Amino acid sequence: MKILLDLPYISCALLIGFGVYAAIFKSNLIKIVIGLSLVERGVNLFLVSLGYREGARAPIFTYAPTENMVLPTPQALTLTSIVIGLATTALMLAFCIQVYRKHGTLESDRIARKLKEKSE
Amino acid sequence: MKKGLGFFSLVILIASMIGGFMQVHDFGKPLRTEMDDYFIANSQVEVAANNAVTAVVFDYRGFDTLGEATVLFAAVIGVATVLRRMKG
Amino acid sequence: MNGMSKIVRTMARLLYPFVLAFGAYIVMHGHLTPGGGFQGGAVIASGLAMMVVAFGRRSEKHVREGVLSVIEDFGALAFLGLAFLGIGTTFFYNLIANSGWLFGSSVSYGSNPGYLNTGGTLPYMNWAVGLKVLAGLGSIVVLMAFVFGEDEDEDTA
Repeated sequence: MKILLDLPYISCALLIGFGVYAAIFKSNLIKIVIGLSLVERGVNLFLVSLGYREGARAPIFTYAPTENMVLPTPQALTLTSIVIGLATTALMLAFCIQVYRKHGTLESDRIARKLKEKSE
Repeated sequence: MKKGLGFFSLVILIASMIGGFMQVHDFGKPLRTEMDDYFIANSQVEVAANNAVTAVVFDYRGFDTLGEATVLFAAVIGVATVLRRMKG
Repeated sequence: MNGMSKIVRTMARLLYPFVLAFGAYIVMHGHLTPGGGFQGGAVIASGLAMMVVAFGRRSEKHVREGVLSVIEDFGALAFLGLAFLGIGTTFFYNLIANSGWLFGSSVSYGSNPGYLNTGGTLPYMNWAVGLKVLAGLGSIVVLMAFVFGEDEDEDTA
């Protein structure tokens, strides 16, 4: 019964699990970047869902329907976390472009094999 | 054999995360809310803003926003350095 | 990088001022409605990305990289200057709230229709962060689009 009530937390755990699976078991570089981005989104969803209060509305006083409001601090910290995730993803994609320019392919096993052959 | 071990450790990771996430307070009933009650009650009197989230981001916790602006700046500089055009 | 067909280019040029106005509205009313500097800056940057995708290599007269760099520096320095404004009490002290300057009226507790004249340093900081975010994201999009070579034929549509 507690599992059904805590469903947002479990979906966050599943998102993080899928992201870790994609980051470890796939060999294409873009799929690894997508997996790491999924982990970051799951963590942001968990942060926002921590501040919910039952039966409350958004913490904005313009035409507010009630004075019972959710906590505003986790939303503020999630804004910062979203921008940091964007910075990380932009840098990872820039490195993927540079790898493609140098080696001509994006599969990590072929790149590792080419580098091992070149060093022998 | 390596893939089997990887799958097994992934299942253990997800199970422990679900177990840990359910130990946090129930969804909808937060435990200690004194700081956020102060923010909601005083953000129109002190900061004169109708939006409590913007008041928290730029006034009560402005230092975190300064750090985030620096991270964005560093990311733009990093991308511009990696993707520069070399001569020849 | 090639642009797209004539229909896409015409519609992009028609929609561009509306996207910029919507983003500026979100940034300006950040202390009254949901939104603020980061969200409005992201909306304007998506408008810049629309111009880069629709025009390809010929978008350099609409979205210029030198102008974006100057805008980003101005936004960062304005944010720091506003933070140092109330250093008499503490760092990031809201000196303009409840005083007589441009955005300095007072608001009492309770639900009200929003008044634009309130907020203290919040509208100025929203504009500084909005300029910084739009210039940063626009620079990333422009840099990543024009990275592959210059020896391609332009289509003559």
